[in-house]
Amino acid sequence: MQLEFSPEELAFQQEVRTFIAENYPENLRSVQDEGHDLSKEDFLSWHRILAKKGWIAPAWPVEYGGTGWTATQRFIWSEELAAADCVGTMPFGLSMVGPVIYTFGTPEQKAQFLPGILSGDDWWCQGYSEPGAGSDLASLRTKAVRDGDHYVVNGQKTWTTMAQHADWGFFLVRTDSDAKAQEGISFLLINMKTPGVTVRPIITLGGEHEVNEVWLEDVRVPVANRIYEENKGWTCAKFLLAHERTGIAAVARSKRGVEKIKSIARTEQDGDRPLIANPFFKRKIAELEIDLTALEFTELRSLAGEAAGKGPGPESSLLKIKGSEIQQRITELALEAVGHYGAPYFRGFGEGDNEHPIGPDYAHRAAPTYFNTRKTTIYGGSNEIQRNIIAKMVLGI
Amino acid sequence: MRNVDIKMLKQVQHDGPLDRITIMDFSYTETQDMIRETLSRFLADTYDFDSRNKMIASASGRDAGIWKALAQDLGMLGASFSEEHGGLGGGHLENALIMEELGKVIAIEPYLQTVVLGGGALKAVGGAIADAVIPEIIGGNVIIAFAYAEPQGRYNLANIRTTAKKDGAGYVLNGHKGVVYAAPWATHLLVTARTGGSGSEPNGVSLFLIDANTAGIVRRDYPTVDGFQASEVYFENVAIPGDALLGDEGAGLPLIERIVDEATVAVCAEACGVTAKLHSGTLEYARQRNQFGQPISRFQVLQHRMVDMFMEVEQSKSMTTMATLKLDLPAAERMAAVSACKAKVSRAAKFVGQSAIQTHGGIGITQELAIGHFFKRATMIESQFGSADHHYARFERLTLAD
Repeated sequence: MQLEFSPEELAFQQEVRTFIAENYPENLRSVQDEGHDLSKEDFLSWHRILAKKGWIAPAWPVEYGGTGWTATQRFIWSEELAAADCVGTMPFGLSMVGPVIYTFGTPEQKAQFLPGILSGDDWWCQGYSEPGAGSDLASLRTKAVRDGDHYVVNGQKTWTTMAQHADWGFFLVRTDSDAKAQEGISFLLINMKTPGVTVRPIITLGGEHEVNEVWLEDVRVPVANRIYEENKGWTCAKFLLAHERTGIAAVARSKRGVEKIKSIARTEQDGDRPLIANPFFKRKIAELEIDLTALEFTELRSLAGEAAGKGPGPESSLLKIKGSEIQQRITELALEAVGHYGAPYFRGFGEGDNEHPIGPDYAHRAAPTYFNTRKTTIYGGSNEIQRNIIAKMVLGI
Repeated sequence: MRNVDIKMLKQVQHDGPLDRITIMDFSYTETQDMIRETLSRFLADTYDFDSRNKMIASASGRDAGIWKALAQDLGMLGASFSEEHGGLGGGHLENALIMEELGKVIAIEPYLQTVVLGGGALKAVGGAIADAVIPEIIGGNVIIAFAYAEPQGRYNLANIRTTAKKDGAGYVLNGHKGVVYAAPWATHLLVTARTGGSGSEPNGVSLFLIDANTAGIVRRDYPTVDGFQASEVYFENVAIPGDALLGDEGAGLPLIERIVDEATVAVCAEACGVTAKLHSGTLEYARQRNQFGQPISRFQVLQHRMVDMFMEVEQSKSMTTMATLKLDLPAAERMAAVSACKAKVSRAAKFVGQSAIQTHGGIGITQELAIGHFFKRATMIESQFGSADHHYARFERLTLAD
């Protein structure tokens, strides 16, 4: 056992660090620093730079556009991205539907869809949840009926993240109403510009427009856009969920979050001392930091298992549970740290009087971020569902 | 999440800030795998619940034959010592995996005291005393007890009232050490004492390795709640030779802190074994216990509690691995890593232990089932070498300055 990078890995670390420093878009940095919402173009500007470099999909097999990096190199890469506070790339194409397509798709489907995912030309969204199918996803009712070379799709999806920007969506639809819940589902790729697709915004607690309802009314989808066999879509869905959970620990980003809290707590005053000298607040930071170390080393053990030939298994549910809890605790502490200045609400509030600022900059998004981050223990299979998965798949009960 | 594959054991070379160091190899060597398998098989044969109960109930409170077998038949006591001293050339990782296996059977062997603490101090100081005593440890002829705690000192290693006064070439010891695990079995005592200074001053603390039968040592022996034997040890004008001093006179605190850190990680490794058994024992029980016409393992509220136990056990293993690999870093980083580990593992031991008893129901609080005995050891581990609160506070002092 050892805890050290090899000289080659250190050289790689230097290489990616330099690349990020030299290529990360300046204007994106200022949008982030000022706490504004990121536009579609903001996200895509960084995506396109990485795509051009060939580093957009490190986890993909080389033949489909991956980098061929080792698990350690990928780990270094994600650490460096987080350390430089880079915006994330959208997961829907790169981490979700992409791996499903190169694993289950036909050669024609791979040729049609993978290049657009890599380049960023196609923005993807995920049509899974429905108003009546949340944690019980397999009870979904959106229906696809065969009509010649097409399916005719009717139904409603919800919580569809960033669908307002999407060119394509991957949808779970019911193709056999008589089969048992999980056996009559197919996996369809739907062009979001197809007549009958309607996207309506859902505004969340921080005032953000992240998620949407997607209505499907007599939407005609070519049969050629079905991935894998008819009624076998659940196989793709399960595969995708396992992939979605890896990396969900978000250790590198949370480390940066903890550092931000420490910096806020050294700035904020609590009577005649900095907040970080308050023993109660200090203890909460220590607990958070120690729990994050436990998560980090659990992920590293899990990665070592993967490197030794074990795929992402049900233990990744542990990473999802602990990772999401820690993300929430970070936002909780940030809000607690800013005190009074958690209250002002800046969304839609005009630019203006810089001479009389409203609280410190770091306070502006503390409450909205706290509200928004309640999602992490709910999405991707709620933490209660993750516990069910561990109980069944790991403990065998 | 098993560690597989075979790699060379490498010592950590530290040359950068702590947060830049990252694991890149979690595999065990062939020798380490062999040590674990051999020990695990031996303990399965010798340390079942009934045999353990008989040892504890015997006059000496142990089966001395087990220790001899660990030394002479298995070569286990040499695993963490160098080949020059007759060992297998290992170190912290070997101590950790042996402690984890001992934890799985809640063994009452004095491995922690003799090998990790006594052996650790001797390895650190080297020289003639190490050359003389380490081979005797490996051979199973020496048992060391660590006499460091005092009634007023709590977890502060420098808060020592026991004195060692210079007397010719030697010293004279006076004082009282509390709850000295394994003292009734010991051939040697590893003693902390003040050769100067007072209170909790860092300077003036010294470490001695002395013959346990020296005139003037008075012991009051008793069993502990977790199955060991321990003593109150009183030193009444105990004359000891000058070469009993380990390291430099008055400058022993860094050495003491180091071996206690090593021992702290070792009990965390033991806790990994203990809590893994608390968890698997609870699962097994929940599968066969029927209520309301079905096994209680079908109840979701119990399933989720057992998942939470699983997560605590896994995170304890992660933290123990982390801290084991950081034991040779500079003192401040080592201490932060060890405190992070112990804080987390202490809480895990409490949660897993309490949850195991709760899930068992009434039978869990009887002496009849092994589960309660694992709970008792887990409970003592919580505060051994410092409670969670103690270690959170030390972590904060080291990493969260204003």
